[in-house]
Amino acid sequence: MAYRRIKEQAYKWIFTILAFSSLFFLVGIVIVLFKEGTPIFQKIGFLKFIFGRKWYPTYNPPDFGILPLILGSLWVTVGASLVCIPLGVGSALYLNEIAGFKQRQFLKPVIELLASIPSVVYGFFGLVVVTPFLQRLFNLPTGMTALNASLILGLMATPTVCSIAEDALSYVPHSFREASFAVGADRWQTLTRVVIPAAGSGISTGIILGMSRAIGETMTVLMVAGGAAVIPGTFLEPVRPMTAAIAAEMGEAPMGGSHYHALFAIALILFLITFVFNIIAEIVSRRFRIKLGLNG
Amino acid sequence: MKRLRMFALMGILGLGLVIPCYAEKIVLAGSTTVLPIAQKTAEVFMEENPAADISVRGGGSSVGIAALIDGTCDIADASRAIKDTEIQKAAANGRDPVAHIVAMDGIAVVVNKSSSISKLSKKQAREIFTGKISDWSQLGGKAGKIVVVSRDTSSGTFEAFGELVMKGEKVMPGALMQASNQEVAQIIAQTPQAIGYVGLGFMSGELKPVEIDGVMPSKETVLSGEYPVTRPLFMYSNGKPQGITKEYLDFVKSKKGQELVETQGYVGLK
Amino acid sequence: MKKDVVQKLGFSLIFLCILTTVFFLGTIIYFIFVKGAPIISWDFLTKVPRNAMTEGGVAPIIAGTFYLTLGAMIFSVPLGLACAIYICEYSPKSFIVNIIRISINNLAGVPSVVFGLFGLAVFVNFLGFGVSILSGSLTLGILALPLIISASQEALVAVPHSIREASLSLGASKWETIKRIVLPAALPGILTGVILSVGRVAGETAPILFTAAAFYKRGYPKNIFNEAMALPYHIYALMTEGAHPDKQKAVAYGCSLVLLLLVLFISGFAIILRQRQRSSYAQ
Repeated sequence: MAYRRIKEQAYKWIFTILAFSSLFFLVGIVIVLFKEGTPIFQKIGFLKFIFGRKWYPTYNPPDFGILPLILGSLWVTVGASLVCIPLGVGSALYLNEIAGFKQRQFLKPVIELLASIPSVVYGFFGLVVVTPFLQRLFNLPTGMTALNASLILGLMATPTVCSIAEDALSYVPHSFREASFAVGADRWQTLTRVVIPAAGSGISTGIILGMSRAIGETMTVLMVAGGAAVIPGTFLEPVRPMTAAIAAEMGEAPMGGSHYHALFAIALILFLITFVFNIIAEIVSRRFRIKLGLNG
Repeated sequence: MKRLRMFALMGILGLGLVIPCYAEKIVLAGSTTVLPIAQKTAEVFMEENPAADISVRGGGSSVGIAALIDGTCDIADASRAIKDTEIQKAAANGRDPVAHIVAMDGIAVVVNKSSSISKLSKKQAREIFTGKISDWSQLGGKAGKIVVVSRDTSSGTFEAFGELVMKGEKVMPGALMQASNQEVAQIIAQTPQAIGYVGLGFMSGELKPVEIDGVMPSKETVLSGEYPVTRPLFMYSNGKPQGITKEYLDFVKSKKGQELVETQGYVGLK
Repeated sequence: MKKDVVQKLGFSLIFLCILTTVFFLGTIIYFIFVKGAPIISWDFLTKVPRNAMTEGGVAPIIAGTFYLTLGAMIFSVPLGLACAIYICEYSPKSFIVNIIRISINNLAGVPSVVFGLFGLAVFVNFLGFGVSILSGSLTLGILALPLIISASQEALVAVPHSIREASLSLGASKWETIKRIVLPAALPGILTGVILSVGRVAGETAPILFTAAAFYKRGYPKNIFNEAMALPYHIYALMTEGAHPDKQKAVAYGCSLVLLLLVLFISGFAIILRQRQRSSYAQ
């Protein structure tokens, strides 16, 4: 009997310890990023790093200013949201409101399936199809622009947004709709004035997570954004988002050098940005669940 | 059932533990410019020596040399000579990089086929890449904004171009910085107003080379040293190469190896 | 009357949204199929690359992706499952679990390139595994961990409480209940989650960029300390390196189609499986 109890306790402890693995890795990532990233702050100053306008990491003396990279990320993320919010939310509304049961049963998994297409395939498509197309369309010096990256990223994030937004819409209790119909509202009014507000924070969670995916996406922007480390003036200019800078240069930055530390510092900032996005999504979705009386 | 699980477990463990599989393994890492040479020669070398196992990784000259210093690769590909600071670091780690020149490479300044520009002085080239000259009409061409395409700041080609043409001046921030020769070539081929530079190995019918200081980049002018933007390509070994590393390097430098170098578009030494 | 027009307009707009989405995503898939299909042949799938990777096949590259994915699963499935068991079975509502849950959600949102840097700093450099299948697998494993945890959680939660209680009341201990009753019931759901994350992991490029990927090596990876070629990285490398852009592009089309088919097949299988399970729970 004692043996059995010890065994039970042992299992409990094993599971407890293993349960901390994700926390352990998250903390590990933070520690590594801080440890490898902060030396550059000490060397050139945090503000100078963030707001420096020149990124010449391999010159002698080098310039480590990542403002162009931050703005590059920001531009493509904003551009991507302009694509993925209407498309994603619109598709979710269609699935939830208009599509019949059969159609929905088919379309929902298909959209989920589309979310699993690897980013390098999107990037490849952007490179061989969208790039020459945009160049001809706008008569540009190069088709590798913030616009190109935004379009591809937006399309990529659309299934994510759609999937989460649709979940949120389906959680809205039927009684809400029936009450609305009962007072004489038509389907469109019910949708815009009752269902969307009720599912609002759930939909926003989807949007935030979609944007978080866009800002952290690497291969696509590396392949189609053009890679010029300048502060972008229009969407038709090339940009170099943070993720692209890390992926393109890490292979070439010898370990322990300033460039290496600078790239980790970029990753740290990127991590903090997505961290904030995720925390916001967490709070918003919790509120949503409480509002609709869902638990967990 | 229990036994089955045991076997499964052992299988998984076994997968992890069957490590010291015998093979004469060498790892090459470094310059993307040398990559096609390294890849092709390794492929043919391994066909002739089935026991050899060569891995080829990219990265860049700096990373290759750093890896050699750290002992994580056996041969570092580099499109520039090793720096003094790197030699010191290597000495501190007890490593001794030895240079082997494996090919010559001319960096061709290239424009789109449709461009009317066919010659530039080094100074003009420099002024284009710093952004001082920003319109083709300033050079007597058809008016239009010059699109400057450059390699990534961390590539060996960029460093060599910086040294040979830019003389330490910075490439304008608005230049399209591309991660590889191939991407540069692609953009120039698609963009009428573009100018860029690629290794001679990446020349194709889609690109138009420009005479620099009156010399056209070609195999002959590169070998004779007339063409001003020329550099040797290196492989660095740790100490005097031995065993399979020596055999491989000898192969690269042999007549056959140099013929392979030529098939990849570089200038062989023989 | 006006109300009607607004409704019609609104619904058409929504319809347009989904049409656009499906159209563009369909275009991508169609394009890759049309361009890639002529490249793929039996030889392409079973031979090693030849002649500066412009001829021959991509078999070792597919194998590399297979090993990396398998390694990632060996690492992340037991860990993720244990984590989910703790959360669902041992301590479902405590403060600690809340922290763990938040950390899982955040780990899921970390950009993949950051995982790559973590892998580079810890596995490649600090632990000295070098650029290898091992480093790449571990890095991908961490990336897959949150996916596996949440899928397992979903599956465990779906197991009715009554059968747990029945088992406990018969004198089974907690662990016995989990092992004999809960896990078998949740197994299909867990498997689905694992398969889904296989699809995701197989297509990831950024995490293996600095931890596992080789531009070229001959033949198949021999042990876990070798670097490996992998499909997603190979597509990227073919498009950005090398001296024969046109020929390489053709191979890249083929690789893209292989990767796309692989991922769509794996994920599709998992999604259909899940759809079945969900409707069977509902009944």
